[in-house]
Amino acid sequence: MIVFEKPKALADVKLHYCPGCTHGIVHRLVAEAIDELGIEGRTIGIAPVGCSVFAYNYFNCDMVEAAHGRAPAVATGVKRANPDNIVFTYQGDGDLAAIGTAETVHSAARNENITVIFVNNAIYGMTGGQMAPTTLPGQITQTSPYGRDTATVGYPIKVCELLSNVTGATYLERVAVNNVKNVKAAGAAIKKAFRYQMEGKGFSLIEVLSSCPTNWGLTPDKALEWLEQNMIPYYPLGVYKDRYAEGGAGK
Amino acid sequence: MADKVLMKGNEALAEAAIMAGCRHYFGYPITPQTEVAAYLAKRMPKVGGTFLQAESEIAAINMVIGVASAGKRVMTSSSSPGISLKSEGLSYLAGCDLPALVVNVQRGGPGLGGIQPSQSDYFHATRGAGHGDFHMLVLAPASVQEMASLVFKGFDLADKYRMTAMILADGTMGQMMEPVSLDMGEVKQYDKSWAVTGTKGARPHNIVNSLSLLPEELEQWNLKRYEKYAEIEKNEVMYDSFMAEDADVIVVSFGVGARVARNAIVEARAKGIKAGLIRPITLWPFPKQALKAAAAHAKAFVSVELSMGQMIEDIELSIRCFRPVLLCRRVGGMIPTPEEVLAKIEEADKTGGNEA
Amino acid sequence: MNVSILISGFGGQGVLFTGKFLAYEGLLENKEVTWLPSYGPEMRGGTASCSVIISDTPIGSPLVPHPDVLIAMNLPSLDRFEDAVVPGGAIFYDSSLIDREVRRTDVRAFGIPATKTASDKGFPTLANMIVMGKMLKELALFPDEAIDHTIAKVVSAKHQNLLELNKQAIQLGYGM
Repeated sequence: MIVFEKPKALADVKLHYCPGCTHGIVHRLVAEAIDELGIEGRTIGIAPVGCSVFAYNYFNCDMVEAAHGRAPAVATGVKRANPDNIVFTYQGDGDLAAIGTAETVHSAARNENITVIFVNNAIYGMTGGQMAPTTLPGQITQTSPYGRDTATVGYPIKVCELLSNVTGATYLERVAVNNVKNVKAAGAAIKKAFRYQMEGKGFSLIEVLSSCPTNWGLTPDKALEWLEQNMIPYYPLGVYKDRYAEGGAGK
Repeated sequence: MADKVLMKGNEALAEAAIMAGCRHYFGYPITPQTEVAAYLAKRMPKVGGTFLQAESEIAAINMVIGVASAGKRVMTSSSSPGISLKSEGLSYLAGCDLPALVVNVQRGGPGLGGIQPSQSDYFHATRGAGHGDFHMLVLAPASVQEMASLVFKGFDLADKYRMTAMILADGTMGQMMEPVSLDMGEVKQYDKSWAVTGTKGARPHNIVNSLSLLPEELEQWNLKRYEKYAEIEKNEVMYDSFMAEDADVIVVSFGVGARVARNAIVEARAKGIKAGLIRPITLWPFPKQALKAAAAHAKAFVSVELSMGQMIEDIELSIRCFRPVLLCRRVGGMIPTPEEVLAKIEEADKTGGNEA
Repeated sequence: MNVSILISGFGGQGVLFTGKFLAYEGLLENKEVTWLPSYGPEMRGGTASCSVIISDTPIGSPLVPHPDVLIAMNLPSLDRFEDAVVPGGAIFYDSSLIDREVRRTDVRAFGIPATKTASDKGFPTLANMIVMGKMLKELALFPDEAIDHTIAKVVSAKHQNLLELNKQAIQLGYGM
């Protein structure tokens, strides 16, 4: 009896992620949602620029590799071309909340019927650990070597809070993948976001608090502790908007 | 001429796009091409298409990438400053080998520049539309009829070669009205099995991508793309000529410049100067052979441009500097007058072959 | 035939429409035509102008730096373009709004009290068509019967109620 196997939506290839990186978990959650909803054959993924740039090799569905920050615009085009396709973007914090802020906000404003998976690990990973739009105050990175100084570089962007004020957005939830309970909740949120798209309900974004042991300079287990102790207090988990929550009726 | 209607260039262009099967348009307002967007905002919903005003030029070109990836005909239009913003996307379109149609109704620059006609994006279109080694098919209409027919042709070439076709127009062509026939003929269909439409569980996944971290592989991608470009240079050059066969002085110009030059050539002939016009319709591929052949009998060339002198470099390259090439230019939104072109023709006729 | 016409006036005086009418007239008479407007912020309440060329042969430049015919609907237009008209050309101007004579002696000049006449007749926005009626008569560019046909083409579907008034305005100018 098989009790555990790789989701079918994930390709049988070796991932390039660092040891302890949580991208693998998030990939798996996305793939499980696709499997469970039976939509692999009509799903199109949009990969970002960042650590998950090779996501196009990891998912078995059709994939487009977008320019940095532009995934929601590319997704808009793909979705408008074939509205029956299920279209998701998979983006990091630099991609989504810095260079792609306009694309993020406006695809939400249009209530574009797409699903955005937003992996927030508070750092630019691929380029070697620079300050991200979500880097915490005081956090040391390669480009904030004395700690993020809010007096000179300002404060982190809280994406779910920001988008909760965008009338068009349908479903926004922040989750984390630092422990089993949170991973299960994250999986449920991602699946719900895809289901909403299937039901034509519009724009959803799931922000996944993730760890980056390599660039945080921590072991994988310490990184998860750091996430819990530092990121979750700053970025509280929960549903920030759900127009179809009980009693919401899409309003 | 009963089948002809009077239309603005921008509107004829937009209608031709619909006739070419384009059902997706993404744009952002900018003078002097806003009529394209306004026209399509009205028309697209009526033909079941998508008109979307994007949050930026950058978003618009990336939406174009999305639709092109999905294998459907798609267009965006803008004017010079907006085209600069689209440059990133133009490079990605090339790197991903995606077909799309991009319209640049040029205005004077650099920077915010002005809003009057210009051709100063010639280098951008033919050389530097974005980072990396690539070309776009660049089509330069010189009438409202061509604003329509070159859009139709551009979509076809874009699909045929899986690359961007750019309509490089100017404010005059966009704003002008002339009689136009919208009898465009059949839309040819091309294989798009590479597109992302969902695997339906029936094939391996398609990937639309411009990234390769393996230099050996990326080199091959580039070489292959340039083989395609060589085919295009062989097969797709388009130009028009007017009294050029026996000409001593060949004027080379495109768009509104060519229209003005035509007047000057008629006047020059009336004065007994054997002048003629070669009008590139494709700026890339450039009509190198036609110019080289003309250099055998012409003693001098005149490049008429609404720029500081950009196309003149292609003329000199084409004829291997075998003959002198004089420049007649106006910039900043100014258009050369027939008198100015005539003066250059006269100068070329006198000094031809003996450049001071 | 090869005639170039420059029409200029305030935004709102129907300058572009007048040009469009003439271009259509040319099209329906199987001529080559071009119509080129000035464009940009100046269109919003400032001076508007457009150039029309009607020709038996293919038209080169659509620009009209030296018109055969000038229609000036206000004083700034006459001031700006009077000297540009080719010798032997014609100037038609709205004498209700322009309180000076044409200074050139080498052109034919026609002052038409168009705005006043149009207001008296109850269609104050059609002064342009009165001036054009006069121009069509004096220059005899097109056969008379073609004009009604063209006006029906050019007046857009949503303005069909203005069709008869446009015809009346042209006739009025024609009779002046």
